[in-house]
Amino acid sequence: MAAQYLSRDEAKALAERILAMSRAEQARVNISSGSEGNTRFAVNQVSTSGDVTNATVTITSAFGKRVASVTTNRLDDESLRQAVEMSERLARLVPEDPEYLGELGPQDVPNVNGVFESTANLSPEARTRAVTQITGPSEERGLVSTGFLIHSTGSTAVATSKGLFAYTANSNVTLTTTVRTPDGTGSGWAGTAVYDWNDLNASELAERAIDKAIRSREPRAVEPGRWTVILEPTAVGNLVGLMMNALSARSADEGRSFFSKPGGGNKIGERFVDERVTIYSDPQDPRLLSSPFNNQGQPNRRMVWVENGVLRNLVYDRYWADRTGREPTGFPAGYYMEGGDATIEDMIRSTERGLLVTRFWYIRFVDPRTILYTGLSRDGTFLIENGRITHPVKNLRWNESPIFMLNNIEMMGRPVRISPGESGGLAPAVYVPPLKVRDFHFTSLSDAV
Amino acid sequence: MKRRDFIVRSAVVGAGIGVGLSTDWRDLLGKPTRRDSFVFDAASRELAMRALDAARAAGATYADVRINRNRTQGVSTRERQISGLFDNDTEGFGVRVIAGGSWGFAASRILTFEEAERVARQAVAQAKANASARRRPLELAPTEVYPNGVWRSPIEIDPFDIPIEEKVALLLAANEAALGVKGARFVNSSMFFLREDRFFANTEGTVTDQTIYRANINMNITAVADDFSDFQSRSATDLAPRALGYEYVRDAKLVENAPRWAEQAVQKLSAKPVQPGRYDLVLLPTHLWLTIHEAIAHPTELDRIMGYEANYAGTSFIYPLEDFLGKFRYGPEFMNIQGERSSPGGLSTVGWDDEGVKPRDYLIVKDGILWDLQTTREQAPWLADWYRSIGQEVRSHGCSYAQSWAHVQFQRMPNVNLLPHPDRDVTLEELIDGVKDGIMIDGDGSFSIDQQRYNAQFGGQVFYEIKNGKIVGMLKDVAYQIRTPEFWNAMDLIGGPSTYWAGGSFGDGKGQPSQANAISHGCVPTRHRQVNVINTGRSV
Repeated sequence: MAAQYLSRDEAKALAERILAMSRAEQARVNISSGSEGNTRFAVNQVSTSGDVTNATVTITSAFGKRVASVTTNRLDDESLRQAVEMSERLARLVPEDPEYLGELGPQDVPNVNGVFESTANLSPEARTRAVTQITGPSEERGLVSTGFLIHSTGSTAVATSKGLFAYTANSNVTLTTTVRTPDGTGSGWAGTAVYDWNDLNASELAERAIDKAIRSREPRAVEPGRWTVILEPTAVGNLVGLMMNALSARSADEGRSFFSKPGGGNKIGERFVDERVTIYSDPQDPRLLSSPFNNQGQPNRRMVWVENGVLRNLVYDRYWADRTGREPTGFPAGYYMEGGDATIEDMIRSTERGLLVTRFWYIRFVDPRTILYTGLSRDGTFLIENGRITHPVKNLRWNESPIFMLNNIEMMGRPVRISPGESGGLAPAVYVPPLKVRDFHFTSLSDAV
Repeated sequence: MKRRDFIVRSAVVGAGIGVGLSTDWRDLLGKPTRRDSFVFDAASRELAMRALDAARAAGATYADVRINRNRTQGVSTRERQISGLFDNDTEGFGVRVIAGGSWGFAASRILTFEEAERVARQAVAQAKANASARRRPLELAPTEVYPNGVWRSPIEIDPFDIPIEEKVALLLAANEAALGVKGARFVNSSMFFLREDRFFANTEGTVTDQTIYRANINMNITAVADDFSDFQSRSATDLAPRALGYEYVRDAKLVENAPRWAEQAVQKLSAKPVQPGRYDLVLLPTHLWLTIHEAIAHPTELDRIMGYEANYAGTSFIYPLEDFLGKFRYGPEFMNIQGERSSPGGLSTVGWDDEGVKPRDYLIVKDGILWDLQTTREQAPWLADWYRSIGQEVRSHGCSYAQSWAHVQFQRMPNVNLLPHPDRDVTLEELIDGVKDGIMIDGDGSFSIDQQRYNAQFGGQVFYEIKNGKIVGMLKDVAYQIRTPEFWNAMDLIGGPSTYWAGGSFGDGKGQPSQANAISHGCVPTRHRQVNVINTGRSV
């Protein structure tokens, strides 16, 4: 069954119908609709799967600076009217929010259509066929595969009582797999994300995970400490994303962020990482295709966050931009980090002693002052000696900051799209390069395979 | 909404559904249809039966239907102002089937008979598509049939009946109390309430109707050094979320407690950085619940052990089962770990799980030995040999759970508790008294553990230095690193019944797509000898 989601015209008609019910001084409607399908597999067979359709409407009502939001997924007139009335009743009852700046009027929102019919029409049978391209070769080689394929196609829209209407639709696919040896001593992971189902190559993913599972058997222990590491793109993205989430201008100005400047203010304009680091977001970049507006209808445009190692922008919401006399920036949902020309093989060849890391796991904050996090390596960690991989090693826990990592770059490779989250869920496109980094701080060994 | 209103409105809806609505969901846009589509009682039952019949007709050998209505309300504040207010009310249903020996699942927000039948057929078609990539057909452990199960969270005050003004005023008063402490600069506080109406029916004849409430309060206070050289936060982690009503909020005494949390945030600015090394640790229940969650509750999930979560949540150090069940010493003899879904206020507490099984309390670790695991109906037969050897029947422990109607149910943890010392009422003072050089940790903080649950690192909220049995001051930048089996076996004394307290999590993630579960972990304070402590402070 093809994906079910509201078209631009349908979303607009629905928004207008809801706004016509509103008696608030100002109102906003956020609409989200779509279909999502997934297939999980474990022990070389499909375990569970699901197909879901949903549509939700959030109505925000304001009287002066008194604001409240109500969400429903019942789209008949009576239910919508109830939701509108509920949001108005709540808004009248709450104290003023001094930071409420009112709803936006019409905005010049970039046009982004990220729907791919190949993804929108994906069937459970096609998912099973893709999964079999992993479970089949794994079983043939006496290995155990597990994994997750998820796709969605849907739309989001925002409309205000001041005449704003913005709409975007997109498709998304993520496929991740972990292949293990039956004795539990080896584990290899591979994952990718695409917007167009036709771009997905499940067999190639299977080969990567299978190869790593076989090569990672019977790992040996190495000493924790400061290591030169070659981080595959997924591992890089696991860490860079933490920095992207810490870009709040307000937290910086309030003195509770790495980007706070000693004595007050923030670090915009300062070089804070290696000069080869440039990171930007751009909804209209065909590789990124992220939402061209935020939930208030504020346009997301091309924003350069880091340029040649210099902090160019922090994230300013409307209120903080207004307070500080700047333009609102939108949020970097997806982003592109530029890289270099080195291949991972080049990086290995140039390394006298180091570790190759596939991905990281259970990444949790430790200290926001330095964006210090902890986590572990997982599913393919190897020792490099004298320019070649010599054997697999036990996983290691690290306590490290993306800031330190991006200051210690030795080599950069070509950026690729990754599955940035640990859960293998759907996410806006993130492109990052593989990196060779010195002095990566591992603090203890793990017996986990 | 009160229960009575609900039933009255249900009758209206029943009529609405009876006339049959279009299957094209887009036709619903713009057409006046129902007063309220959500139904329990007769109309729910009818919708569920239509789905079950359609699933059977399409070839399902088993099917279940869950119809959920999910009401949530959240209010958040910062310093002296409100920063957000939302009220969500959503609904839908999911149909899970077995066909061709495989699972299938489909879900929709549209509660009509036609849609129920369509979704059921979709789930069966999907199961048949999955069957081509299935090697062994599914088998479900037997369970009792409950044709008329009704259960409600034991709440005293429905939080949705409390005026929003009262909630906002309480948070702002607590913020004010915190800001009254010199040096406390920022305060974020929030309240969140959930009411879930869950209707369940399966092809074996079980029909249950449950209403679950949960409440959560959060407060976080940040102190910033005058010269912007440092900042420290204190989260009020002794406000554990509970499956209770608004009485939980009133009992939390936010205004009275806020100054204490604020003072601790300020004190952390000048606390002594910890010297890395090995220390005896005294862990308070406000902290320990999370260590239990990560290092006991997760590794005893049977699907994880058998490799079903290897791609995300991971596997477990507990493998192979025959080397562990009845043999593995998790900790000392006084260590008993209980699984239950019955404690009043426990976040995982229910009448029936999401596949109609009535959970019973049981021991996962008995006298320090690993004794049992967390199971669903699909998984219990995997333990048949072990259960036979101890004379226990093969049945699910009732650990099936789905985050919402839109998610397929799978194995999730019950409330997993460390029971008090079995012999006597050991006090916290006695635990501290036996420490020469150690640290007491209050509140949960940073947490991370590997995918087989061996190597973990935990921070906390407030750290106290213990010297010769006395608390002598505050430390900062503390985290401890453990290897699970050694850590629990280094536990030499635990608190007695009077020290028992339940913490918990509102958002435990597992599964793909990731689903959030809520669980409580009751526990007593513990003492662990010679644990590795690191200093997490860094300079840029």
